[in-house]
Amino acid sequence: MINFLNTLSIWILPLIIVFILVFALYKKTPAYEVFVEGANEGFKIAVKIIPYLIAIMVCTALFRASGAIEIIENFLKPVLDYFKIPIETTIIMLTRSLSGSATLGVLADIINQTGVNSYATKLAAVITGSSETTFYVASVYFGAVGIKKFRHALLAGILADIVGLIAAVWICSIFFL
Amino acid sequence: MNYIFIFLIIISFLCAIFNHRLDIAIDEMLKASQKAVEIAFGLIGIMGFWLGIVKIAEKSGLMDIISKFIQKPLLLIFPDIKDNKEAQSNIALNISANALGLSNAATPFGIKAMEDLQSQNENKKVATNSMCTFLAINTAGFQIVPAVVLAILSANNMDNPTQIILPTLIVTSLAFVSALFFAKILERFYK
Repeated sequence: MINFLNTLSIWILPLIIVFILVFALYKKTPAYEVFVEGANEGFKIAVKIIPYLIAIMVCTALFRASGAIEIIENFLKPVLDYFKIPIETTIIMLTRSLSGSATLGVLADIINQTGVNSYATKLAAVITGSSETTFYVASVYFGAVGIKKFRHALLAGILADIVGLIAAVWICSIFFL
Repeated sequence: MNYIFIFLIIISFLCAIFNHRLDIAIDEMLKASQKAVEIAFGLIGIMGFWLGIVKIAEKSGLMDIISKFIQKPLLLIFPDIKDNKEAQSNIALNISANALGLSNAATPFGIKAMEDLQSQNENKKVATNSMCTFLAINTAGFQIVPAVVLAILSANNMDNPTQIILPTLIVTSLAFVSALFFAKILERFYK
């Protein structure tokens, strides 16, 4: 299964590209000129999202460095023990929505501390694999088009993250405990 | 967003003072602003490449064909993009690329889809219902194979790393459905 999926993910991109190009050839689309025209937009978008990314990343980096997470961790400890959630995984639950690179760092740290076959590692891996960096996605996507009023988008994303965390704890306890 | 921004920064400073790590926090804050620029510049190449490819698909008429196939289910989720063919196909491409774990390809499709949604937005500073729904399902990060996590676990010699695939798929599907659910419910309260 995993071999098949790995092969699929290597082949899928070249297949898509070749298919698009062959179709363009068939329709006599000037592929090179159109490609350059599209690629030009990529640069503009990347520059446009910089201010939004700065705002979001400064916020989340500050929050992580301030030690606020450790304070929340101590506060939550009795609840975590009750649901058999390893204390090591609290950090990953709190950083998952804030920073993608930090999350991967925390996952590596949990593997180091508790061993790669521990329950904490499995739970952390499921949490990491099943969600996205909500704040980053919001700043990139809305920043690219200049949206300043996010309305309910962020709240819906965060609520879904919370459902995901609860589901991860529940599903992992069924699978791995 | 304004309140979240102010609240996060002030709370962080207070916690940093309480924990005696104000110096580290300020250092991290300044580093993050630099990192933001590095990330954006890192995106330029990959964005340029994929938007170039997508443009070919768009001009050759391939996008119209794709959007015809997925129109029905997509319009259930995004009712207001009936006549927006580009948005339909870019949303479809974004969701499929994410599902396959190709997040590098998914981001340019997603941004293009946002631009297509923005083109029919009357107030360019305020997100539409479809934009919020689309963002919410993207933050849920639906994917069939968590490729990055699997790579880390195998690199650390885990016994049978594939055991996390099924639980991850169940959790990410639940998160995806609830993102959709919350976006649809909350849009009534945020005008």
